[in-house]
Amino acid sequence: MSTLPNSIRSGPDASGHFGAFGGRFVAETLMPLLLELEQAYEAAQNDPSFHKELDGLLTHYVGRESPLYFAPRLTEHFGGAKIYLKREDLNHTGAHKINNCLGQILLARRMGKTRIIAETGAGQHGVATATVAARFGLPCVVYMGEVDTERQKPNVFRMNLLGATVRPVTSGSRTLKDATNEALRDWVANVEDTFYIIGSVVGPHPYPTIVRDFQTVIGNETRAQMLAQDGKLPDLVVACVGGGSNAIGMFHPFVDDAEVEIHGVEAAGEGVDTSRHAATITKGSPGVLHGARSYLLQDAEGQILEAHSISAGLDYPGVGPEHSWLKDIGRVKYFSATDQEALDSFQLLSRLEGIIPALESAHALAHVAKIAPKMRKDQAIAVCLSGRGDKDVFSVAQALGEKI
Amino acid sequence: MSRIAACFAELKAQGRAAFVPFVTAGDPDFDTSRAILEALPGAGADLIELGMPFSDPMADGPAVQASSLRALHAGATMARTFKLVRGFRQRDAKTPIVLMGYYNPVHARGAERFVREAAEAGVDGFIIVDLPPEEDAVLLKPANAAGIDIIRLVTPTTHDARLVTVLNGASGYLYYVSITGVTGTKSFAENDVKTALARIKKASTLPVAVGFGIRTPAQAAQIARIADAAVVGSAIVSVIAERQKDGKDKIVAAVSELCRALADSIHAQAGAKVRA
Ligand SMILES: Cc1ncc(COP(=O)(O)O)c(C=O)c1O
Repeated sequence: MSTLPNSIRSGPDASGHFGAFGGRFVAETLMPLLLELEQAYEAAQNDPSFHKELDGLLTHYVGRESPLYFAPRLTEHFGGAKIYLKREDLNHTGAHKINNCLGQILLARRMGKTRIIAETGAGQHGVATATVAARFGLPCVVYMGEVDTERQKPNVFRMNLLGATVRPVTSGSRTLKDATNEALRDWVANVEDTFYIIGSVVGPHPYPTIVRDFQTVIGNETRAQMLAQDGKLPDLVVACVGGGSNAIGMFHPFVDDAEVEIHGVEAAGEGVDTSRHAATITKGSPGVLHGARSYLLQDAEGQILEAHSISAGLDYPGVGPEHSWLKDIGRVKYFSATDQEALDSFQLLSRLEGIIPALESAHALAHVAKIAPKMRKDQAIAVCLSGRGDKDVFSVAQALGEKI
Repeated sequence: MSRIAACFAELKAQGRAAFVPFVTAGDPDFDTSRAILEALPGAGADLIELGMPFSDPMADGPAVQASSLRALHAGATMARTFKLVRGFRQRDAKTPIVLMGYYNPVHARGAERFVREAAEAGVDGFIIVDLPPEEDAVLLKPANAAGIDIIRLVTPTTHDARLVTVLNGASGYLYYVSITGVTGTKSFAENDVKTALARIKKASTLPVAVGFGIRTPAQAAQIARIADAAVVGSAIVSVIAERQKDGKDKIVAAVSELCRALADSIHAQAGAKVRA
């Protein structure tokens, strides 16, 4: 593997590429802004006061560090490796998304931007963005596919409570990809005063790097907690992959540790051999969408296909460029879990550990269910429990044929 | 001399600006689209921008988005876009055709093959909206080799230092985006466009077309007085949307009528343009 850089953590290159992926595929109107954002981010990174403020907010507002919880009954149930859950579900607003939103809104403020926009799928990123916008007193518009506003009604209500305006998006497939298009259109029209808080490690450079860096707190904490609690690094690290932000945040601090195996889990929907899934890396091919070159679900003509997952947060036909690169160099392996497998794990964790996971996170658990029994009892798996399932109880009840 | 260079040279000699209509290939269906395309030169088009349909046109407003989706629903493909151009070329050897769209359908075909097929069909230029100079080497090299121009976008946010990057490799003409926004959503402010054009003309000898915010013959005339070409897209594809149910002949007649009004208005502004 002599073509690899000394550290897998050193990417992207100066023009925002991770190998053949990433880059800046945007309309000229946005290019100067992206260059400006890159500079502002670099300046913030080198400014101790920026980190001090962010760390303070992560501690006192988000409630970090989040626990790494050894799950005894789940471990016993699978009868193999020890299972540790990184409890991002305990964060303020109920998911990992807030880590990134706080970082980005501090950047927005440094850049003198006075209006915030975001896209959202499940509504978790929308809620997290609305939350930080409220905290900093900035007006906020969240674009959300009309399909998602229907299946995630509680989050629409939350965003409204937080003072954000939710704009249902009726174009295209009316889900996350279309909400992202609409947010980009808003941004092009309002470049002067508006900051676009992207919710995952997607979009044009420097977003995939910025979001990764703000989410890396997950993996940094997990690494130290594993060493403290288990006396060694985990044998396997697992996270679900929508755009890939909780996963990259979890994985990144481990990618240079050759002894740690890393698995990302995509949404297989009704099955990867049907047309209704969101397994971008597993079944897609490289293409360009939303500003970056990465794996995509597309037809032979390069038209983007609709993704499907029971979990709105994984229902996206693209994936972050760094994941595409990690897949191609073989450092991370990508798997998938079906709607049904996720539903099973959703219920299993609720019953065995008293933790209702987000449907997204349940995909990671579904993969653990397949792998843990095959591992030795002295081995350990660290799973990113990216969010809590309160938002999902209505759609899960519906899937189980129950009325609430 | 390329068709685009010949077109602007002739216009310059006549002291008038170009009328550049934008329509989407295959909108609302292949046959109607072919008839529209064939009618455009007769309705005053000096150069045609032909949209390549894409499922996720993120720099376009509702009118062009809908136009793209109509074409895709009617079975538009890149091969059929080339077929349209080829058919047009057999009847019209003069009017330049510039393909405009997004990168992914080009990427899916492979840049080399895309350029080869475009050249064979008789395409004269490419505008790939989401392929900035930093990323377009993959297309620029084969396009230049095939004699096809890469038309770069200049926008209100393109400051002087960046203009150098944008101009490096640009050929054919420059496309000045007259608003910060997506197509068909705002109207331009004449003074802002004038200032921008003066800035661009100082840095480049290429003709400059202006588009994104032009809907009416009066607006087109304003632009024709200060720029080398006026591009109208959303207003035209909106007519296709309105007349979709009326059948091919009525759609073509309605599009021709609007184009004739725009062209007359633009061509009436002879000799009044600012030249660097
Ligand atoms: C709880 C949770 N996990 C995971 C995701 C997927 O996003 P990402 O892959 O960026 O972590 C979401 C997205 O909404 C989410 O809400």
